[in-house]
Amino acid sequence: MRPILLLLLTLMCATGTLAQERPHAFLGAEIIPVSGPPIPNGVLVVHRGKITAVGPAASTQIPPDAERINASGKIIMPGLVDTHSHIGGGSGADASAPLQPEVRLMDSFDARDTSIKRARAGGITTVNVMPGSGHLLSGQTLYLKLRNGATVDDLFIRNSRGEIAGGIKMANGTNSIRPGGGAFPGTRAKSAALARDMFVRAQAYRDKVARAAGDKEKLPPRDLAMEALVEVLEGRRTVQFHTHRQDDILTVLRLSKEFGFRVVLQHVSEGWKVAEEIAKAGAPCSIINVDAPGGKIEAINMSHENAAILDRAGALVGFHTDDSVTDSRHFLRSAALSVRAGLSREKALYGLTMAGARMLELENSVGTLQLGKDADFILLSGDPLSVYTKVLETWIEGVKVFDRSKPEDKLYAVGGEGAGRDANLHVHEEGEQR
Amino acid sequence: MKKSITFFGGAMALLIIASVSAAAQVAVRGETVHTMNGAPIRDGVVLIRDGKIERVGPASQVQIPAGYRTLTAKVVTPGLIDAHTVVGLAGYLNSPGDQDQLETSSPIQPELRAVDGYNAREALVEYVRKFGITTIHTGHGPGALISGQTMIVKTRDAATDAVVITPTAMLAATLGSAGLGSAGRPPGTRSKAVAMLRTELLRAQEYQAKWDAAPADKKPDRNLRSEILGRVIKGELPLLVTVHKANDILTALRVAKEFNIRIVLDGAADSFLVADQIKAAGVPVIVHATMARAGGDTQNLSMETAGKLQKAGIPVALQSGYESYVPKTRIVLFEAGVAAANGLSMEEALSAITIGAARILGIANRVGSLEAGKDGDVALFDGDPFEYTTHVTGVIIDGHVVSEEKK
Repeated sequence: MRPILLLLLTLMCATGTLAQERPHAFLGAEIIPVSGPPIPNGVLVVHRGKITAVGPAASTQIPPDAERINASGKIIMPGLVDTHSHIGGGSGADASAPLQPEVRLMDSFDARDTSIKRARAGGITTVNVMPGSGHLLSGQTLYLKLRNGATVDDLFIRNSRGEIAGGIKMANGTNSIRPGGGAFPGTRAKSAALARDMFVRAQAYRDKVARAAGDKEKLPPRDLAMEALVEVLEGRRTVQFHTHRQDDILTVLRLSKEFGFRVVLQHVSEGWKVAEEIAKAGAPCSIINVDAPGGKIEAINMSHENAAILDRAGALVGFHTDDSVTDSRHFLRSAALSVRAGLSREKALYGLTMAGARMLELENSVGTLQLGKDADFILLSGDPLSVYTKVLETWIEGVKVFDRSKPEDKLYAVGGEGAGRDANLHVHEEGEQR
Repeated sequence: MKKSITFFGGAMALLIIASVSAAAQVAVRGETVHTMNGAPIRDGVVLIRDGKIERVGPASQVQIPAGYRTLTAKVVTPGLIDAHTVVGLAGYLNSPGDQDQLETSSPIQPELRAVDGYNAREALVEYVRKFGITTIHTGHGPGALISGQTMIVKTRDAATDAVVITPTAMLAATLGSAGLGSAGRPPGTRSKAVAMLRTELLRAQEYQAKWDAAPADKKPDRNLRSEILGRVIKGELPLLVTVHKANDILTALRVAKEFNIRIVLDGAADSFLVADQIKAAGVPVIVHATMARAGGDTQNLSMETAGKLQKAGIPVALQSGYESYVPKTRIVLFEAGVAAANGLSMEEALSAITIGAARILGIANRVGSLEAGKDGDVALFDGDPFEYTTHVTGVIIDGHVVSEEKK
């Protein structure tokens, strides 16, 4: 029995299902740490889920007990941060009301959905999974690590306050406008009025709680929606705001200023028209590159130059897949399209990693390859911005979660028989709102 | 009356002269010229005269005559061909007013012509043109058992009739889930769909036989629907069958054999599972967009499918396909790039959007390669055409420089 157990343990370590007891040292690769210039012949040492050393081969100590992994000819960069995705088959608000802050994506996320395997194959390690945009407020989002896990709990990230990390999803523009749809708005002004009214009520609730000063007699009855909104007002929960048209973007900035909430602009399709205003407001932009404009009225002025123009204006620019609007396996490509349209390589790689980490307030643990950060990284066969480059391996907290050399992993990287089976893919049907 | 006809005739002649002169003599010099007719030429020249390719060869052998406007590029290819799209019938607004790719009133409507729904000035046509796509096979889309006709057209900004290559290219049919009727309308099952299709083809066979047998003065009444299906029966017009699941692909092959008609498989997510049968039937495949989303009938689709079919010796072309939301179209150049990274060689992937596509579409005498006598359609690039960061620096259609990127 004992030899079998030992063998099993050895196998488990070898296949990387456990974070290493021994340090792992990756040698010979070009390392793109994002926090600094690329290191041509670099060394990355990870141990117990963290980065314990990173630097040039000549000046980086490799622990004597480290398992050495030859990565020459490859490129190592931080795991990608997707700031807006719909993997995992989760849902949000229902059709009963336009504002539903009490609804949590975590209560419907399926950690076994094959879309998660495809995201790992795309090199994504951290992701903001959101409910849709058919509501002014469709629920609480989740910031997840795509660890090997069977339940959503296995994927949670604890923020610096020890809370399960996540934001809240809001939207303006056409998706959440439903003329004749009961409580739903019929115009943009009504949309903003409903959002303002909600925040005014949340302020009153917050003040009531504060005045009670812990006195149970004076505390208002618990209200799940109001509790989530107080987190927003206190800056503990960032508003991830779906917005396309330039005037809708300005409305978001106006609301954010009035109520003092932290905001990330999501999609920002016409951001290039109001780049100065966005930069001045300090609002981060999570953008998407799709192959052609249109498909909906608000997206007809989409431009691959969006990232370059916003960056030039001084705005923080990151990227998202909006999976399945774009495929998680082509996330690197998204940034490359911005480079094609004028963004620098450095800003593109920053946008895929550290910019996203900052938008999710995870910049202290992910987004760059720096000492003490989580060992989240990817091994690439070549230039991250080349069509010919493959994600070879994806590692999260020192554990390999994707290995292209394994047939079952490659299946989710390229597709093939069974790759899409039982998948909850959320292919957008005509009229469906995202 | 006679006078005005003469007047218009004169005006027409003037217009033609104007357009020929607009298609001035053009020379393209490229560090690498992929002619798709033999090996790429290093430092090559393509001469275009009056809209047609005059000469192609190494710069050392082909002198650029005086008076030719010369464009230079790192890489030169034939104008690209999107082997299947709905652009031009489907518009970018995606509102009911610009979606003419699918008529849902009845499951079988072969009489619907693509030219009657095509908008040559649609923004998406201009958009794809800027990526070097000079020819598109567009028309009625998937979604009905027989949705209508398709057409082949140049993307040049001109009146539809001036740029059409083939007004009726194929007849679009859909088998599998997407070909079933919605809201309880027929066909309700796959078997019913095929029974309806076979019945329709039988009727067309009878109509055609009657028509052929009748003396010239006793022809039966014209029937637009049977007329077009009759062309399918005669083997003139291929049936473009959008189909994905392996069993449905085999069904398509079975029907084609029964009626001895030409078919082209479209989409064909499972085609790599039944490659032997497709090869044996001698049927070409216009493979789904390489980056298409998997799900339902397309659950097995793969970025490697085009490569696998190519290896099996099956003629392949690539397509942008049909998109219902954002993005409203894909770009076949990008789809070919991802195919080139997943099993196709660079030249094979290029072939799937140039000469290979032209052969499947029956237009290889006009487009698809850089050869003397063919249309003056050229795409210019500042690097590997498939790289994400490469730019299309120029597009020429029928000798007209339709876009040029100033660096």
